[in-house]
Amino acid sequence: MITDIRIDLSPTHEHQGIKYRRGTALPFGSSVLSGGGINFSVFSSTSIGCTLVLFEKNAPEPFAEIPFPDEFEIGDVYCMIVFGLDFDNLEYGYKMDGPFRPEEGHRFDKTKILSDPYSRALGGRDVWMADPNWDNIYPHRSRIIYQDFDWEGDHPLETPIEDLIIYEAHVRAFTKDKSSGVKAPGTFSAIREKIPHLKKLGINCIELMPIYEFDEWEHSKENPETGETLVNFWGYSTINFFAPKAGYAATGKFGMQVDELKTLIKDLHRNGIEVLLDVVFNHTAEGNERGPYISFRGLDNKVYYMLTPEGYYFNFSGTGNTLNCNHPRVRNMVLDCLRYWAAEFHIDGFRFDLAAILGRDQSGVPLNNPPLVESLAYDPILSSCKLIAEAWDAGGLYQVGSFPAYGRWGEWNGKYRDSIRKVLKSEKGLIGELSQRIQGSPDLYFYRGPTASINFITCHDGFTMMDMVSYNEKHNEANGEDNNDGANDNNSWNCGVEGPTDDPAINFLRRQQVKNALTILMVSQGVPMLLMGDEMGRTKHGNNNTYCHDNELNWLNWDLLEENADLFNYTQRIIQFRKAHPVLRSKEHFQHRDYKEVGLSDISFHGTSAWRPDWTDDSLVFAYMLSGDHAKGGTIKDDTLYIAINMYWDGLEFELPQVPGDKQWHIFANTSMPAGKDISEVGAEILLEDQHKIVIGGRSIVILVNK
Amino acid sequence: MKITISTVDEVMVLSVKGSIDSQTAPEFQTAILAQIETDNNLILDLRENEFISSAGLRVLLIVYRSSKITSGKLVLVGASEEIREVMHNTGFSKFFTFADTLEEGIKIIK
Repeated sequence: MITDIRIDLSPTHEHQGIKYRRGTALPFGSSVLSGGGINFSVFSSTSIGCTLVLFEKNAPEPFAEIPFPDEFEIGDVYCMIVFGLDFDNLEYGYKMDGPFRPEEGHRFDKTKILSDPYSRALGGRDVWMADPNWDNIYPHRSRIIYQDFDWEGDHPLETPIEDLIIYEAHVRAFTKDKSSGVKAPGTFSAIREKIPHLKKLGINCIELMPIYEFDEWEHSKENPETGETLVNFWGYSTINFFAPKAGYAATGKFGMQVDELKTLIKDLHRNGIEVLLDVVFNHTAEGNERGPYISFRGLDNKVYYMLTPEGYYFNFSGTGNTLNCNHPRVRNMVLDCLRYWAAEFHIDGFRFDLAAILGRDQSGVPLNNPPLVESLAYDPILSSCKLIAEAWDAGGLYQVGSFPAYGRWGEWNGKYRDSIRKVLKSEKGLIGELSQRIQGSPDLYFYRGPTASINFITCHDGFTMMDMVSYNEKHNEANGEDNNDGANDNNSWNCGVEGPTDDPAINFLRRQQVKNALTILMVSQGVPMLLMGDEMGRTKHGNNNTYCHDNELNWLNWDLLEENADLFNYTQRIIQFRKAHPVLRSKEHFQHRDYKEVGLSDISFHGTSAWRPDWTDDSLVFAYMLSGDHAKGGTIKDDTLYIAINMYWDGLEFELPQVPGDKQWHIFANTSMPAGKDISEVGAEILLEDQHKIVIGGRSIVILVNK
Repeated sequence: MKITISTVDEVMVLSVKGSIDSQTAPEFQTAILAQIETDNNLILDLRENEFISSAGLRVLLIVYRSSKITSGKLVLVGASEEIREVMHNTGFSKFFTFADTLEEGIKIIK
């Protein structure tokens, strides 16, 4: 007779009444076995002993500490199966014994309880900003979760990247303000309530700023002006790479953040919206040599961190330490992590914060062929995921255009942002560069195609779009660093007055400039990314580095949707326009020739005179025409489009190029017109009376459709 | 946790007093699955239930999957606002019908 008792799942040891046996080295972390035991597995290269520490949930003291017997060690891995534990009510950690010799890279301290780098949930910050017990002997506690989830057939969407329109959002900032009107403000669940807004807007991908568990209390301090607590709001400081932030879940206090996040992703997918995660693999929350012991430093300092020959922490991330991404073990952890998120959470892609660090070797030297970047590019589980690099780091490595791509990595195109901002403020000498940016930056990505370029004008770092046209300088006093933090090269222009004004002409111009920015973003080849709130004129009052504010500086004010209804309408329609015209979403670069033999080349450049672009240094005008017959490499038929940008201060007459056939020019958008006349509905473009020329107002953009 | 089974207006009612957590979930699962075997229309009376942890919610999902197969109906009566919220936030609520009173629950089944 076959029994369901397995000999290798029977206890062999007992300690303080708890039964256990040698475990399995893989998988790392903790896993619940069908026989009822829990397997614990953790690696450490130079330790001499390890103890498993078990707590009941939130208990001040552990109920058991079980040292790993020598025979439970396989290579550098400690593994043990413990029986009879109630995993729903369990928290666990490790004490690691080994040398404390910082000059050799070792910082073991067997008194510290360390969380498991592979744990799927962490206790300790279950509710956002709830007062922690500062005397807790184990503040960030590994927990075990139910892995099962009813996905009901859900699958990552695999939207072609050239069709993506990304919306960068912060979970808490998106709905925390009471104007959001949601049930559980600031949570994953609340984003579900706002899916109708995202659909109406028309985006098809949401990129969430970091959602891996972090400590909002890290480096918390008082705002000298207001006495308010400044916190780590943005979350670019990871405590654990596998655990979603409990404080972002309405159900975090019940330990159900994993279910809540999966439910959100399932709903977003149902509505055709992909989910990208902003992931921070360049450093951890453990800081430099004065930082706390949370996990990595006490488990295997020399493996997890890049260290100087003297044993100090390299600081390429600007935050105290640098994760040793190209150490084979750390590389495997990163890979395990991303596979987990792709397979178990159905995540559609990842944006890697300060990704240039991923290309540095263990002593910090940039590699030509970084193994981690390559592994991710060729991984079978990640093969459909979007991989996007923020291709620079705080150590001075700037790789926009040169980040190792392996045929699939995209990049946040920082040069796109800088060029377009300068164009918008009518800086001269940029027409050549502008022509590159609207083509998907072939000067940077000639061999990679336009989809390597994630185009953005604003992101969480820096001004919002409305602030970009309202402030010349940053105003970061509220950050408590005497306005010394945040970037100084904002390439912004306040349109005449610094900050809010009653001057109707200035306010009109600001809106026009926002519409100009949105227009260029949506008619450029590449992948556009919109910053949360820019569709409704969000302001951070000139603060360009709001990482520390859990208040209205970051919280999206939903009343703006009504106040700036014209901006929302404009954004929505320009997005519809992009979606309606495949000629704007090419996968390959333009060939600058008429390979379809229709009498027009795929792209042509113009100036105030048709066919005569003005490339001179003084030029502030640029127009281009995209041939509809060449849409998506000539595989789809689209309308021919003409887009004219006049960044001169006054109106100019533009001669229109004549197109073979009997179609006529219709006007879709004209940013110099007041709300209501600035943009039409897609398909309802108005016939131009004069088919040969058009006057384009100062600092404005016109879009024409030939149909 | 204490489970009582009764029949009201020819409808089976399974009442739970106390909490359904990882300790009590197995007992709850056995009781409710046995009940579904005899009659796949069932009222789960939660008026005296204090809390359902994620372990308990998973039992409910297992029940849903089994009752769906046999085209039955499971109505949750008197679930607290907090439980409903948790179920809503974690996607469990869409699988169930809720009723405030026993009478209402019976009406739904009949």
